[in-house]
Amino acid sequence: MGARRPGHPVLLALAATALVAVALLSEELLPRLEEMWSRHRARRQLVPVMAYDPGRERRAEQRARALLRSCVNEEEWAMYRDLGFIRVWGTQADGPADATGTGGAAYAYLIYPHRAIVAYLAQTHRLLNEYCVAFPDETRPYGSARLPDSDDVLAKWMALTGDEQRLISTANMHLPGRQLDPARVKRDLWRLSQWERARIRDAARNATSTPLDSAG
Amino acid sequence: MKPGHGEVLLAEGDIGLSEDELRLTKEFRRQLDAGLWAAVPVMDGQGRRNAQMVKTFDDVPRDADRVIFFPRAAGGR
Repeated sequence: MGARRPGHPVLLALAATALVAVALLSEELLPRLEEMWSRHRARRQLVPVMAYDPGRERRAEQRARALLRSCVNEEEWAMYRDLGFIRVWGTQADGPADATGTGGAAYAYLIYPHRAIVAYLAQTHRLLNEYCVAFPDETRPYGSARLPDSDDVLAKWMALTGDEQRLISTANMHLPGRQLDPARVKRDLWRLSQWERARIRDAARNATSTPLDSAG
Repeated sequence: MKPGHGEVLLAEGDIGLSEDELRLTKEFRRQLDAGLWAAVPVMDGQGRRNAQMVKTFDDVPRDADRVIFFPRAAGGR
């Protein structure tokens, strides 16, 4: 009679337990392994990347400028050309969507390309709010969701003049200074007032010189 | 309006012709279904230019010379 080996039943029991444990864990582990594998494959997959083409962007901006010019008022176009932003007057009786309101005072917005829209009081130049709004094209036809600068300005201009309330309620409202330096905006407002004075002077000079020219 | 491209002509036609009107209506709906906003540049009684947002083809003034589609506004950062 050979000696009995007491380790065998224990090994058998351990092996059975291990099998059960693996079977139970596989339900948990398999999906994770599959996910890891698909992530690994996705990382290695070659994705076509649309390279940045400065020529294409410049041509797009030229087309956008022509479109903007054909839509906005002559004064607004000259403002954008000379100063880099457009002022649009607000039309809400009590100011834009603002808890404090303007008390009926005239207010306006400054539209910058790819920057927040800034609302301010026309008389005092007190900055009211910044309205952060974007017009993303998620189809990314040329690798980017960003419109050309002048298209972004035109989109804001159309949305503001067409439905101010809707645009302002869509935008994220912040206190002045979140995106644009208030000192810079104040300086832009000063530039705007200087620019308007110069235009009035030029218009007056042209009005007075024309009869003399025609007489002479 | 398209990123990297600027203005793109989608469709053109004479609104007085029923075939053209049908084609323009179809394109209009296609753009709005794609989530774009539509606006028509107009001039008010005082000669000031502004935009009129339109939600249906019937909103487009009959004498409008163009409708501009642009991506829907979203809150920015």
